[in-house]
Amino acid sequence: MNIVIIGGGPAGSEAAYRLAGEGYTVDLVEKENSIGGNLNNWYQLFPDRKPASEVVQGLQQHLNHPGITLHIDTEAIGITESAPGKFSVKLSNNTVLHSAAVLLATGYKLFDAGRKEEYGYGIYKRVITSAELENLFTNHSLATVYGDTPQRIGFIHCVGSRDEKICNYHCSKLCCITAIKQAIEVREMLPEAEIFCFYMDMRMFGPGYEELYREAQEQHNIKFIRGRLSEAAENINGQVVIKVEDTLVGKPLRMSLDLMVLMVGMEAAAGSGTLAGSVQIPLYPNGFIRPADPHTGTNLTARPGIFTAGSCTSPMNLTDTLTDARSAAWQIKKWLTGPDKQ
Amino acid sequence: MYYDPFVLPFTIGLTALLLFLIIKYIRWIRTFRKSERRKIRKGIFSLKTLRSIGEIFSECLLHRKIYRTNPFLGYMHTCFGLGWFLLIVAGKTESMVYHTSAVNPPYFAIFFRFFHPAKETFPYSNTFAFITDLLLLFILSGLFLALAKRLWSRIVGMRKTTKHRPLDLLILTTLWLIFPLRFLAESFTSGLRGGGSFLTNNAGEFFARFLPLEQLTYPAWWAYSGVLGLFFILLPFSRYMHIPTEIVYIFLKNWGIKQGTKFNAFSEIQMYACSRCGICIDSCQLNSSLGMDTQPVYFLKKIRHQKEYGHLIENCLLCGRCEASCPVGLTHNALRLAKRPDLSRITKNTYSYAKNAAAPAKMAYFAGCMGQLTPAVTRSMEQLFKQAGVSYTFIDKEGGVCCGRPMLLAGNREEAAVMAEKNRAILKASGAEVLVTSCPICLKMFREEYGLQIRIVHHTEYIDELIREGKLKTVPSEQRTVFHNPCELGRGSGIYQAPENILKSISRKIDTAFDGKKSLCCGGSLANTSIDGKQRNRIAGDAAKAYAAYKPDVLVTACPLCKKTFATASDIPVKDIAEVVAERCRP
Repeated sequence: MNIVIIGGGPAGSEAAYRLAGEGYTVDLVEKENSIGGNLNNWYQLFPDRKPASEVVQGLQQHLNHPGITLHIDTEAIGITESAPGKFSVKLSNNTVLHSAAVLLATGYKLFDAGRKEEYGYGIYKRVITSAELENLFTNHSLATVYGDTPQRIGFIHCVGSRDEKICNYHCSKLCCITAIKQAIEVREMLPEAEIFCFYMDMRMFGPGYEELYREAQEQHNIKFIRGRLSEAAENINGQVVIKVEDTLVGKPLRMSLDLMVLMVGMEAAAGSGTLAGSVQIPLYPNGFIRPADPHTGTNLTARPGIFTAGSCTSPMNLTDTLTDARSAAWQIKKWLTGPDKQ
Repeated sequence: MYYDPFVLPFTIGLTALLLFLIIKYIRWIRTFRKSERRKIRKGIFSLKTLRSIGEIFSECLLHRKIYRTNPFLGYMHTCFGLGWFLLIVAGKTESMVYHTSAVNPPYFAIFFRFFHPAKETFPYSNTFAFITDLLLLFILSGLFLALAKRLWSRIVGMRKTTKHRPLDLLILTTLWLIFPLRFLAESFTSGLRGGGSFLTNNAGEFFARFLPLEQLTYPAWWAYSGVLGLFFILLPFSRYMHIPTEIVYIFLKNWGIKQGTKFNAFSEIQMYACSRCGICIDSCQLNSSLGMDTQPVYFLKKIRHQKEYGHLIENCLLCGRCEASCPVGLTHNALRLAKRPDLSRITKNTYSYAKNAAAPAKMAYFAGCMGQLTPAVTRSMEQLFKQAGVSYTFIDKEGGVCCGRPMLLAGNREEAAVMAEKNRAILKASGAEVLVTSCPICLKMFREEYGLQIRIVHHTEYIDELIREGKLKTVPSEQRTVFHNPCELGRGSGIYQAPENILKSISRKIDTAFDGKKSLCCGGSLANTSIDGKQRNRIAGDAAKAYAAYKPDVLVTACPLCKKTFATASDIPVKDIAEVVAERCRP
């Protein structure tokens, strides 16, 4: 029996590999020209600093399985159910894939920082996103566009998350620990620099995260200031001047930075909405796909035969994404071998 | 002397109504302040009174403004307003010609066909009969449209029509019965004893064939008089109070009475002048995007009938779209504001940290809070100032104090005054003769509440001047632009031409159905503290979609708050007019 998986990020790739191992044939559809999804933009992973490329390579090797057909540079446009349990997935190259089950692994997209114009992204050249900082790490250089090495660096948490003004009420959950990881990486490259994190709350939910937070303060001299950035300006030297309220001290604070890193949050990928919409699967108000039940029905959707894996249902780290993908593979197998299928 | 007991209901009703109105209006006007009463005394014997009479003719009778909403709706109102008025005038003239006397009781003209049914000729009697029949037909055609509107409001161009109280529906029925009953009474009389013209005469002959007109005619006149009397008695308690009150409102308005910051007798006059036509419902985006019944028609109705209206006070964007579409010309923004209580908390000390200083220059630039949150806009303005070679002082570059308008819109006038005082001191220190603002919200505040003796312009006006004076050299482009005129800029401050000039000179500006006064609100308005971010986003999304339908390359606005609101809701890029000009400027 055939299964179509939409999205070739970690969730889709992992699920494809597990299902192929169970003897199913799998069509894996990926809109970019390589698999790995957002992971391709990352240099090292938290909390153990494993190179992201190693994980991607591992996933890639697994996809060499003969049961998996990879469709790269191809977008899934819509799903139709011709009869119960018989799905057709239309692709951007006009081919149609038929399957007994569909797995949505459409993932997330990073928040477009330009929407918070007051932070000056796209206007001030010393303002970059966390994803762009990973790229600097990959190139082993933190030189700014002006060619200088930054002496004072600020990480701005919750950009595009927990922000009523841009209608993103949810917490993206990973940005806190990512900022800590990135701050430590910056510290290792620039031992003399001043490094600040401006946060609302530090949400250290995973194993080793809280420990890394402590380490950042005790061993790496990274300063954490509780307060949300209100606005940023540029001074004559081209530095970013930020206005923040230090809410622990209760005082407004002004500071000039050589490099400002925006910890951009996660939003539902555009594809999630269109695909879920094509089979009337409900979304959460923030655009992520709503599972059949938030406790006992994860991986399942309102429509039997269509499953989800990874961060298309909510912000999720890599560990949870891979776990979720294996869980989805098991749910799909259970559905395909269920009493009504035999 | 012509008399019959059936005229009593009409006569009693009319007398009671007139007495009530005179007492009511005198009591209202007596509570006016001295300065306002002086305005009235000065206004009565001036051209303003003539202008008022003109306006009464065009708005109370012709209902000219309603034609802008929909021709059928306009025609329907013209039928009732102008039709009824002319019918009274024609009837009265006819009675005077017949009676050869100016004084005869009002009922004589109204029931002329009863007292004078036969084909007794007097000068122009046939002409009069023809005219009154024609007018009756005219009104009946309007009545037909009104019935259709109740059943299916879209044929007169209204997506939604007002939900009325049972009493209002009763009096609506009474009003609707007046003209059919007049038609029946006159037709029956004609059928029995001749007279009338093409309508009542033919109808009378028709009815005579199968109806016992001998028995029906007299009761029909009783019914006609009764319904008229009932209408007059009910009028003060119903929405039809708008008929006489609108006339009073037009006079007072033209004599210079303005809605102040308090909800006073003049506010009540406005409230009673609301006809509850419901045109404001369709114009309100809180209805079209969120399905909320918070429009002036419901707000004023609830206040008038002592229903709970507290939740409606804050639920208004003060975008002014209802005001622009209101056929009575009521000042809805000021009315809503007058109900917002002053809950000021901050004092002068709150801003002691801000310096009363600014670098001196002939022109001061004020970005405002929202301007500070849109660095692309302030940056473009600074670039344009430099390119035009004008010297300026950016008075809130290093931080400043809010213009105060958000507080004023929330009702907190005292707080707004504290902020205005602070900003006045900063402006004075700069010695500027011209103030340029990037935010139309600040612009309106500086112009209307600061009492400044210097020139205050929005950056659209300033850029337009720089281009026309040749100080800015722009390069035209093929970019398709649509202009969203911010509420506080267009409807709020009357600035329509400057953005038009600018965009036409540098891009291919596309005209839309939402140009000028019909501009949509972005939903980000500071004036509404009742709706949440998601609801705002829905309004913004709907507005952005409406503009995007014209397929522009860029949606241009001229307000930093609108820009930010659209940024989250629009699929097409949104830019401030200053950015678009900066991109098209030769250095």
